[in-house]
Amino acid sequence: MKIFERALWVVAIVGFIAGGYGMYDRIVNGHVNAAYGSYVPWGLWVGAYIYLVGVSAGAFLISALVYAFGVKKLEGIGKLALFTAVVALGISMFSIWLDLGHPERALRMITNTNFTSMMGWMIWLYSLYFVLLITELWFAMRADFVVWSERKDFAGTLARILTFGRNDPSPAAAARDRSILRVLGTLGVPLAIAFHGGVGSLFGVVGARPYWNSGLTPIMFLLGALLSGGALLTFITYVFGPNRGSAEHKQTVLFLGKIVFGLLLLDAMLEWSEYSIALYTSIPAEAASMQLVLFGPFAWVFWGVHVGLGVVVPLVLLTWQNKSPLWAGVAGLLIAVTFMSVRLNIVIPGLAVPELHGLKEAFSGPGLGFDYFPTLTEWLLQIWIVSLGVLVFLTGYHLLPIVTAHLEARRG
Amino acid sequence: MPIQSAELTLEQEAQPAAIGERQDPLVRMQEDLRRAMKKPIDQRRWVMVIDLRKCVGCSACTIGCVVENKLPPGVVYRPVLEEEIGTYPNVTRRFIPRPCMQCDDPPCVPVCPVNATYKRPDGIVAINYDDCIGCRYCLVACPYSARLFDAGRQYLDGTTPAIPALLGRDKAMVYEKLPAYEYGHAWERHEGESPIGNARKCQFCSHRLEAGMLPMCATTCIGRATYFGDSNDPEALVSDLIASPNVMRLKEEMGTQPKVYYLA
Ligand code: SF4
Ligand code: SF4
Repeated sequence: MKIFERALWVVAIVGFIAGGYGMYDRIVNGHVNAAYGSYVPWGLWVGAYIYLVGVSAGAFLISALVYAFGVKKLEGIGKLALFTAVVALGISMFSIWLDLGHPERALRMITNTNFTSMMGWMIWLYSLYFVLLITELWFAMRADFVVWSERKDFAGTLARILTFGRNDPSPAAAARDRSILRVLGTLGVPLAIAFHGGVGSLFGVVGARPYWNSGLTPIMFLLGALLSGGALLTFITYVFGPNRGSAEHKQTVLFLGKIVFGLLLLDAMLEWSEYSIALYTSIPAEAASMQLVLFGPFAWVFWGVHVGLGVVVPLVLLTWQNKSPLWAGVAGLLIAVTFMSVRLNIVIPGLAVPELHGLKEAFSGPGLGFDYFPTLTEWLLQIWIVSLGVLVFLTGYHLLPIVTAHLEARRG
Repeated sequence: MPIQSAELTLEQEAQPAAIGERQDPLVRMQEDLRRAMKKPIDQRRWVMVIDLRKCVGCSACTIGCVVENKLPPGVVYRPVLEEEIGTYPNVTRRFIPRPCMQCDDPPCVPVCPVNATYKRPDGIVAINYDDCIGCRYCLVACPYSARLFDAGRQYLDGTTPAIPALLGRDKAMVYEKLPAYEYGHAWERHEGESPIGNARKCQFCSHRLEAGMLPMCATTCIGRATYFGDSNDPEALVSDLIASPNVMRLKEEMGTQPKVYYLA
């Protein structure tokens, strides 16, 4: 487990340094060195955004199992789930913010909201969700802040500040926190469903893109969120969970593994339903996108990355190694990482099919192509953002009482 | 002086043709335009009619538009779609110029999160460049790919700066810096400023209409295949044309109510 943590530090630092060039290029040259353009207007960054925001919603809904539904088996990882959700939301917003043509005007989404636009709704739901997440995380950690206030190190000082003067250590105060958490957790469930279902609807309502234009789209988004968020959390719990190595830790990871196993099967079923029906009907507009996914130049992404590494291998691991938390963690990591390919396979094939015959040949120029592949700048910027997220997570993990037991145990 | 005044155009105008004499459709449309501009804006209903039998695929409209609106690389408002029919040696080609359809029920408008894109009273679908955040949702939602993203490119990107005067780079630079007059405002290209970073589209050359001129594509079309006018005016040429039985519109099944008609 330690080795995973060390590896994460190394990967994140390297990614942060190398990815810095992407950030530099985005700031200096704007959108000039990006491959998305007029005909494929959305690319890697939008894919990463819906992926990360899904991870956030998924992790949050798992935390709701603890705070809203009182699932005892997961109690130890409630804060870890909430913190994961906060970090994932933060970096998803960062990705989409830099994707805007005019990032400096982003606040107009609040001041000038158009509520006939799913994107207009989105910004409000995100803001609400963000406030709720932070509030919930604070209440979940308040009692721990009080305990940590005793410490003499930097984390202690931080904890003292973050109690905001509410340093009542009594069980009555803790009980009050718990009931507030129950309310927040319960309110959060419909909110998380609304906002991530909303992200799905943002795509689902676009009549011009038959590949997205389906009632199944928001459902697929939600299930994908639960799956990717749950899978990532399984890995995170394995590496960072409380009392690592204990029987309790093992049980928690295996329990999460079971949830993920079920979600994976459900997701595979929905995917089958979506693809088989569209391909059977073979109405060109929709089938063309699917054919691109299944047999196009990037078919290896679907078959190799998604089906192979993201579905088959994890299923095998979760079935044959169902007593091993290590393999459950690895399966979780595999699913979580490869799920990015699913998100990209939603965004890009929906756009990469010309809307009119002959458009492809009509006029050529940068941004007027249909063969999208992210440029180095796009990759590097995304790597930079994700590395930043991992670094924030690792730092938070050490400076905040996210996993109360681990530092306590280390000191003792 | 890029925008001519309406008066000037009036003076230049040819006299109405005598009966029996052939009249250039441009002259007639010019008169139609002048009548329309006298009406209140909400009583005008601009339509474009493109006669596919006359289009030879020369792309003079495409280039006229690029020049008029000073479009940067990768932005084109009116490409001419080409389709090859049959197999060699029995091949014919079909050309379909595709401006923005100025839909009466435009899917690009409701999706804009900040109300930056809207339908004007005369039916032109416009973008408020200073409000647009460049999210490109409207590009995704338009069924005709009629919206473009201005990524801020320049034609001279990547060309050698060595001895610029000798290579003509300096002169070419002048063109790059010319403002576009869309929506009646002089939009100069400065890094990070609109229209760079925005969604852009054909707006029936609304700035030219204000100045009493037809849209650039209608003017430069060598085959007189592009007609423009106010279909609320029964006297207008376009009113006759859209009443013909051989009109069609692109993707009518989408319910967008395009205001660009094709004669086939
Ligand atoms: S053609 Fe596209 S951009 Fe033009 S009005 Fe219709 S939907 Fe909007
Ligand atoms: S790109 Fe501009 S006009 Fe288009 S939806 Fe976004 S903000 Fe609105």
